[in-house]
Amino acid sequence: MVMLRYAVYRFFTMLLTLLVVSVMVFVIINLPPGDYLSNQIAELQASGQSAGVAKAEFLRKEYSLDRSLPEQYLIWAGFWPGPHGFEGLLQGNYGWSFEFDRPVAEIVGDTLWLTVVVNLAAILFVYAVALPLGVLAAAKSRTWIDYTSAFVGYLGLATPNFLLALILFYYGHRYFNLPIGGLMDPSFEGEPMSWDKLKSILVHLIVPTFVIGTSGASAMMQRLRANMLDELGKPYVETAIAKGMAPSRMLTKYPLRVAFNPFVADIGNLLPSMVSGSVLVSVVLGLQTIGPTLLTALKTQDQFLSAFILMFVALLTLIGTMISDILLVMLDPRIRYEGREA
Amino acid sequence: MSALLSVRDLSIGFGSGPSVVRDVSFDVEPGQTLALVGESGSGKTISCRAALRILPRTAQIRSGTITLNDSHGAADLMKLSERQMRSIRGNRVSMIFQEPMRSLSPLHKIGNQVSEVLWLHRGASDSEARKEVLTQFERVGFPDPARAYDSYPFELSGGMRQRAMIAMAMVAKPELLIADEPTTALDVTTQAQVLGLIKELQRETGMALILVTHDLGVVANMAEHVVVMHKGRVMEAGPAALILNEPAHPYTQQLFDAAPEIPDQDSVGIPMPDEDLILQMTDVSKTYTMRSSKGWKAEKLIHACRGVDMKLARGKTLAIVGESGSGKTTAARIALGAELPDPGGKVLFRTTKDSEPITVHHMTRAERTAFQRKAQMVFQDPYSSLSPRMRIQDAMTEPLEIHRLGNVSEQRDKAAEMLQRVGLNEDMLKRYPHAFSGGQRQRLSIARAMMLDPALIVCDEPTSALDVSVQEQILTLLENLQDSLNLSYLFISHDLAVVARIADEVAVMRRGLVVEQAPPETLFYNPRHPYTKALIAAQPEPDINRPIDLKLVALGAGSPDSWDDAFRFSDSVIPSLVELEPGHKVRCHV
Repeated sequence: MVMLRYAVYRFFTMLLTLLVVSVMVFVIINLPPGDYLSNQIAELQASGQSAGVAKAEFLRKEYSLDRSLPEQYLIWAGFWPGPHGFEGLLQGNYGWSFEFDRPVAEIVGDTLWLTVVVNLAAILFVYAVALPLGVLAAAKSRTWIDYTSAFVGYLGLATPNFLLALILFYYGHRYFNLPIGGLMDPSFEGEPMSWDKLKSILVHLIVPTFVIGTSGASAMMQRLRANMLDELGKPYVETAIAKGMAPSRMLTKYPLRVAFNPFVADIGNLLPSMVSGSVLVSVVLGLQTIGPTLLTALKTQDQFLSAFILMFVALLTLIGTMISDILLVMLDPRIRYEGREA
Repeated sequence: MSALLSVRDLSIGFGSGPSVVRDVSFDVEPGQTLALVGESGSGKTISCRAALRILPRTAQIRSGTITLNDSHGAADLMKLSERQMRSIRGNRVSMIFQEPMRSLSPLHKIGNQVSEVLWLHRGASDSEARKEVLTQFERVGFPDPARAYDSYPFELSGGMRQRAMIAMAMVAKPELLIADEPTTALDVTTQAQVLGLIKELQRETGMALILVTHDLGVVANMAEHVVVMHKGRVMEAGPAALILNEPAHPYTQQLFDAAPEIPDQDSVGIPMPDEDLILQMTDVSKTYTMRSSKGWKAEKLIHACRGVDMKLARGKTLAIVGESGSGKTTAARIALGAELPDPGGKVLFRTTKDSEPITVHHMTRAERTAFQRKAQMVFQDPYSSLSPRMRIQDAMTEPLEIHRLGNVSEQRDKAAEMLQRVGLNEDMLKRYPHAFSGGQRQRLSIARAMMLDPALIVCDEPTSALDVSVQEQILTLLENLQDSLNLSYLFISHDLAVVARIADEVAVMRRGLVVEQAPPETLFYNPRHPYTKALIAAQPEPDINRPIDLKLVALGAGSPDSWDDAFRFSDSVIPSLVELEPGHKVRCHV
């Protein structure tokens, strides 16, 4: 009951945050002088192509770029009727990409959920690797196990991701016959989802997951190790030993539970850093994720496209933090019962 | 009959350093209590932990034998495998620790943590364990065992948590219980009750007890045998009656001299003079509103202080005594202007006898600066009140820099002078706090508080984190400083024995109210309020013939509903303070 109420409350604060984020995204995108269309018009006029100018002017009207900024925002978000009535994010209309000359929805399409899939896989990888290694390193601190895992971890942190990607590509293909580049076999692109397509995606995911997840995993492992070491010095650990518990069970039941909190709280932070951090990797690996598209959109001031992608990343982040907050409340009674009368 | 636990020639060291425990031997007889007495660093804790082989990883047992000889047969605890040791821990020998606040996992329910002992050692099912644990909870005095079973540690008070720890240690019915300073972190009245409980359980089950403590009063109340340790060696060992009555070793004698005691009084004391008041608090209340977690419920009011009237004459000491949560610290914070009293409360501070009073409850920025120069504070924990990253000199001159007093060399000279005043050397200025012992750090804190030449120092339990002999030195230092500089102290403590020595007037607080106020002599000669009586009775005396009167403690320390009609109070009906004799006020219905 407490949980459900908290989840509902948390969901509404998320919506509110999303609203604020949308304002900020819109303002920031409009901060640099000029926009895609005015740049284009200036260019066209310089070269004397007046037919193009007319089209650009038409688009300007069509997408309300001739209105004031607050109005533009309201129309974009869907709070205010534009030239064709309510047609904004709220209504599922993501706008027009001037650079690609196609609707935003069409451009991002598949890449949206592929981005989610790649990043989810990377996060799972981070947790699956960091959790056992961090605990092990703390339990065996100052032994060769600790030192080896720290060394490998730092190596993972220090190697540039694109380099790692290239290396893995080469050897992965040579020894394990892993596919090179892309997120699925080209023959499946644009096809409806099928068992074979899924299999192809899973195989293609191996290298990107590893590449994107490595540095996150080693950073998180070190954090978990430090947290665990702190907890291991606490009296309740001694109490557990004095009870006669075996070390492995004691470790997982007591200090890990406490050290786990910051670990869970990181879920939300991982997402944006992975999305923005994996742009280069996506380019190198030829992944159809949203990162490279975002880069192009930002460079060309393609405002609807970049705004939509930024909103999407923000949404992912907010969902991540919401999940971690709810998990924290489930895991930690101190948060759950805060203010409960004793 | 052979001893239950026999420790022979035990030596323990860290790394390659010299041994910190050297050739320690002692025996624990079945059903009896052995007290290991000593100050911090004496090796008492590490010796008893060696019995369960729960030592820090760098510690190694260098020589000696530890033999357990219980109904399961004899076992050489040094030679057992780790797996065999695990079947002894918590089962045949169990242990309780000093800090009940931190010795239980914050994220697991109490019932789960206690039941675990039975799961581990008896292979009990959840429902069997629950049943047995609930019986044990009832035995250790939980008013509602089922509720406690499903509570988290942070929902319980310190005393209740220590009871839960005791239940955890006792639930497998061990033949030996090792209690490492089990009551040091608790209030005196709670301490008395917990000690009483341990003793009662011992009588019922016939288990033996090793009690590690620094408090001779606790020893006198609990132990049959005593081992006095100092710097890793046994100084003196023998029956408690013998050692407590005629300590043979000078070190034991020294511990005795340092132990604070409530003196026997045969007359009333002189009341605090009424003129030249440096601090005057009139009708000071502080109410906190606690936001309810459920939005639709009304906010909950917490009365931290209610109608406190106090006055402190220049050069005197006013002590506020009470358990945690009694409002003593809130009162002190209001006196320092760190917190504002509810409207209507007044706090007046006079820098000199004839100066205009500063209204502490309503200060301008300039007044606050002036006031802060004259009123300083010494904190409880000398380990966390000094920044580990600042040299002593920087920590000490910081107040002068903030108030822009003097140039660098003058500031340094002042720091050197203050160090000498508190009995430290001026060449210590360049060191960092970690190079100092607890007692030295507390001297540093005092020296820092003195840097601005204050007239009033608020001491918040300045000695409760220290060993008895160091506590003695700090109190002497405070007395000397008061005499030579005409300082006034507002002294916060939970320990009547400490207060007995230093205070000119004592205010006993309970639940935000002053229940009795008098000079200490009067208070000890003629205590009237049941809570004061409980506090006095709960003080463990290092005298085997004066055991703690648990009935008196339970009566006074219980809820106000259990008090005599004359003293009873509730949220709505609060009797006023009545002056029984000059300078002696008691909160009672007349």
